[in-house]
Amino acid sequence: MSLVEVTDLGVAFGAVRAVDGLSLRLDPGASLALVGESGSGKSTVAAALLGLHRGTGARVTGSVRVAGTDVQRASEEELRRLRGAKAAMVFQDPLSSLDPYYAVGDQIAEVYRVHARVSRRAARARAVEVLDRVGIPDAVRRSRARPHEFSGGMRQRALIAMALACGPELLIADEPTTALDVTVQAQILDLLHTLRAETGMGLLLVTHDVGVAAESADDVLVMRHGRVVERGPVAEVLGAPREPYTRELLGAVPRVDAVREAGAGAGAGAGAGAAAAAAAAAAEAVTGTESGASGAGGLPTAVQAPGAEARDVVLEARGLRREFGRGKRAFTAVDDVSVTVRRGETLGIVGESGSGKTTLGRMLVGLLEPTSGEVRFEGRARDGVHPAVQMVFQDPVSSLNPRRSVGESIADPLRARGERDEARIRERVRELLERVGLEGAHHDRYPHEFSGGQRQRVGIARALAADPRVIVCDEPVSALDVTTQAQVVALLGELQRDLGLALVFVAHDLAVVRQVSDRVAVMRRGRIVEEGPADEVYDAPRDPYTRQLLAAVPSLDPRTAAERRAARRDLAVA
Amino acid sequence: MSESLLASAAAGTDTPVPAAPGARPFWRRLRAQRAALVAAVVVALLVLVALGAPLLTALEGQDPTTYHPSLVDSARGGVPVGPLGGVSGDHWLGLEPQTGRDLFARLVYGARVSLGVALAATVVQTSLGVLVGAAAALGSRWVDQVLSRLTDIIVALPLMIMSLALLAIVPSSFPRPLLVTLVIGFIGWGNLAKIVRAQTLTLKGLDHVSAARLSGWGTWHVARRELLPGLAAPVLTYAALLVPMNISAEAALSFLGVGVKPPIPSWGQMLTAANVWYQAAPQYLLLPAGALFVTVLALTVLGDGVRTALDPRAGSRLRVGTGRKEGSA
Amino acid sequence: MNGISGFAGFALRRALATVVTLLAVSVIVYVVFYVTPGNVAQITCGPRCSPAQVQQVAEQLHLNDPLYVRYGHFLQGIVAGQDYSTGTSVAHCPAPCLGLSYQSDQQVTELILTKLPVSLSLVLGAMVLWLLLGVGTGVLSAWRRGRLSERVLTAITLAGTATPVFVIGLVLMIVVCGELELLPFPQYVALTDDPEQWAWNLLLPWLSLALIEAAAFARLTRAAMLETLAEDHIRTFRAYGVTERAVIGRHALRGALAPVIALNANNVGSAVGGAVLTETLFGLPGIGQELVHAVHVVDLPVVVGMVLVIGFFVVLANAVADVLYAVADRRVVLA
Repeated sequence: MSLVEVTDLGVAFGAVRAVDGLSLRLDPGASLALVGESGSGKSTVAAALLGLHRGTGARVTGSVRVAGTDVQRASEEELRRLRGAKAAMVFQDPLSSLDPYYAVGDQIAEVYRVHARVSRRAARARAVEVLDRVGIPDAVRRSRARPHEFSGGMRQRALIAMALACGPELLIADEPTTALDVTVQAQILDLLHTLRAETGMGLLLVTHDVGVAAESADDVLVMRHGRVVERGPVAEVLGAPREPYTRELLGAVPRVDAVREAGAGAGAGAGAGAAAAAAAAAAEAVTGTESGASGAGGLPTAVQAPGAEARDVVLEARGLRREFGRGKRAFTAVDDVSVTVRRGETLGIVGESGSGKTTLGRMLVGLLEPTSGEVRFEGRARDGVHPAVQMVFQDPVSSLNPRRSVGESIADPLRARGERDEARIRERVRELLERVGLEGAHHDRYPHEFSGGQRQRVGIARALAADPRVIVCDEPVSALDVTTQAQVVALLGELQRDLGLALVFVAHDLAVVRQVSDRVAVMRRGRIVEEGPADEVYDAPRDPYTRQLLAAVPSLDPRTAAERRAARRDLAVA
Repeated sequence: MSESLLASAAAGTDTPVPAAPGARPFWRRLRAQRAALVAAVVVALLVLVALGAPLLTALEGQDPTTYHPSLVDSARGGVPVGPLGGVSGDHWLGLEPQTGRDLFARLVYGARVSLGVALAATVVQTSLGVLVGAAAALGSRWVDQVLSRLTDIIVALPLMIMSLALLAIVPSSFPRPLLVTLVIGFIGWGNLAKIVRAQTLTLKGLDHVSAARLSGWGTWHVARRELLPGLAAPVLTYAALLVPMNISAEAALSFLGVGVKPPIPSWGQMLTAANVWYQAAPQYLLLPAGALFVTVLALTVLGDGVRTALDPRAGSRLRVGTGRKEGSA
Repeated sequence: MNGISGFAGFALRRALATVVTLLAVSVIVYVVFYVTPGNVAQITCGPRCSPAQVQQVAEQLHLNDPLYVRYGHFLQGIVAGQDYSTGTSVAHCPAPCLGLSYQSDQQVTELILTKLPVSLSLVLGAMVLWLLLGVGTGVLSAWRRGRLSERVLTAITLAGTATPVFVIGLVLMIVVCGELELLPFPQYVALTDDPEQWAWNLLLPWLSLALIEAAAFARLTRAAMLETLAEDHIRTFRAYGVTERAVIGRHALRGALAPVIALNANNVGSAVGGAVLTETLFGLPGIGQELVHAVHVVDLPVVVGMVLVIGFFVVLANAVADVLYAVADRRVVLA
């Protein structure tokens, strides 16, 4: 008998069909990854397995059997006995998924006592036991701490410990590592791997990240618009995708590997695939010139004589330092950082959360004053903002004023410059909208009428309206789905080529940074630990931290994933 | 190139999320609440009554200040002559005991005082709150420190006590309703200033504000264009809740005899006198009490409705299954 | 964060801030009242005084000294006590001296001390009542959400928030004491004299003051609990089979604790205002009633003294609530 058996599942919220005719099976001890972009219905499926849609007004059809319980027909009591005891769930955001007011150990004990008739003491002991099991050091003491006293990775471990407490047959993990840094993600995925090997429980992993799926599951099921696109063993589906959508999805995934798999994108043939391929080609061309390979003529950097380099520097930061807070709480976000950005090149700045990369980006554009050090634009020291240095922001929702039409937002730099001729403004905005792949007719629409990717394009158009020399992109694609991400990255590359812009690309995603950057700076705790041409940094990292970061990136190839896992163990030991 | 990009964007999963800011959904969401709608109608009627007080009393043929000693029974201590406290074609709601002033006229003129003082005080409170709160959020550290401390102190002062005391020392030559307005207005802005400061700080951190700065606009322009519209919702919400509070405050002060003073009629003032007369002339008590109750209730419900309409999140709560049916919350 | 020492530091800083706030309040109150548009000496002396008499009163009250000197005297009186010449004899007013009543020459401190027990009985008793009633109703309506009983509770609390305290009090008094004659019209009996009579006589004042406050608490508790119920961690516990009773009683209620404490602090001020109305309405000889009287006869030292004492209690309540809030909401960064 299978552990999970879903037949013809349909979930509808009002008129929206989130899941439509989905069937899946999972054998005891097996693992399956549900992969899809936002809105594909993958999380809805996970929630349906535990009957979490009851009472929400969602219409659920079809049959769901989990560990011998018919979820659709089960009584309240039967459902409660299933939840946690036979099938446990791990959620995305570990901070908000735990009660902030109670000690972590007490919360685990509470859940344990729901399912096991044991004393308070015994439950507490069990909590300490599972916390220890998931690798929380000094579990007895830490079990008395509240969630906010834990780091992100520790919280996720604690949630996994809660899931383990009742010894479930099935673990449902809904985007378990999405909120985590890449090195922590690797640790959590390794932990899940180990636990599965030890306990023999089945795993249903929901993720948007094909790499995470490849790392942790045997089988994969690709979803789109609530339906199954393709399913099969990981190596088969990711190695030789049959469906066009799977190919498109894989083509859009940026690779961190040295060998640039440009072919994967080119073979896809679909629109986005072509775009991704173009992006890859563009990125490669730029990188090629930078690393000394000839033949990519026409790019400004290619014709630089070494002596002209100094004149070519558009933006330069010298000894930047920024502190926040005062007294005992003082904390240095950026510590003595110097970078230079030349005309037409892309400088990638990569780092995990808290590394100071966003603070650095904001100082470069002048939104934040450095505590010490200076930013020089075209050779002159500069205070505050300058229209020629623009920024593209991370969050496509908050970066546009919801109350103003996108045309108005884009026209802002024009009006600020003193342009008063409405016809000329309108014409220029139309030009810019078309330049970033939107329609001139979008002028009078409001931000909420656009998708995330389109809003990001509007943000780029607004930056372009100022006729900038440099654009600092702060995590410009991290809020977007992977296919959209590829399109926006391609657009940035294209604009850079056509306009000779200098780009500073700040991101946490190592693969995306490699895809776009000529030079890369790796940041950690406010300092740059390594800087150099992209290929050098990625292929022959000198700094141990860079090596650690690269080893943590999930691979699409299960074999490579196993190798990396071994490499991570070695690094951890070393 | 761009066309193919757009095509693939449309084909992909990257679809716009329907969210709806702006004015039209606000009215739609407000109209969708039956209670708020009823309250709005009641408030509109009250405002009409207040505005049309001279007209209404002219229709009745009375005014709020004329004594009718002939219509009260001085032998029984001044109880109005006639049924139901002197209700008649001439005096629609009867007469005030002892003085024989027309109750209907006093009630509708009382609405004028009540609503007028409350609204004007709300305007004062809102202006001060927005000004101080925004200045604290946008000003230097030093300005913020001073203004925040000041706000703390203002919040700590009990409104009733301060108004009570202040009203005592101002010479009686000063127009009383104006004075009550100013006193309530100048003491009651603290919480709004706190809200505005917090909201401004939040807005200031939003990327579109940074983007506007990068465009090259000056601070003042950015504040006016990007920040102020974002403040409208929370300020409106809180102001809507201030109005009924101010109505109660004015009534309370007049009840204690330090608010609006005779001969200007006020509901609170009528209640003070009615205390003694509830057995002989119950409507003298019930009319102002009922008027106060209905007014404050209608304004509170309307304020709640405004808040729900401005904060759609309030409606979409409880999405996670509880295993049982739930109302629309 | 680092346990006791961090918390003690926080409490100490809060105490200091409280002292500063109190000083600022005293300055504001003093300045506002003694720089009044009216002539204090004239008001004190009465309308029939001759200019010479007014001048004499002004001398006596040191009204001709600069303001800061007078404030200094006032502050000195509070800290160290003061001597007053009442024309023929010299009276000593021990610290904390808030001056002498213009009307009766009684020491304001003494006056306040005789009235304080009444007001404290009223406010503290009502506070117990409104917390019990309010939080209880709030929990009940969050628990019964979506059902008829919740709607009824919501309607009642809404009506409660909309009724001015003196209207409730008036209606209660007329119905309970006047019409039904269930209770006699309240008359204050000291707790130390007869606890039972004390409680019976204060029952109606407590109810009138508590009902309106309770309504606010019920609404807040319900809203805070519903807010918590929509949070992610509630989903976690439901997904682990924790019963709805435990989800509401443990997790949702705990989330509402901090907002309830904050509201209670915020409402002490308005409750004191309500107490003034209640005392006046029921004729309870407390600070509020005395204050209203002093206001009517323009007895400035009494008014200033009482406003300061009330301000002191409100600021103190706020400070205590701040510390409690920090304990209840351990997510708050102690700063």
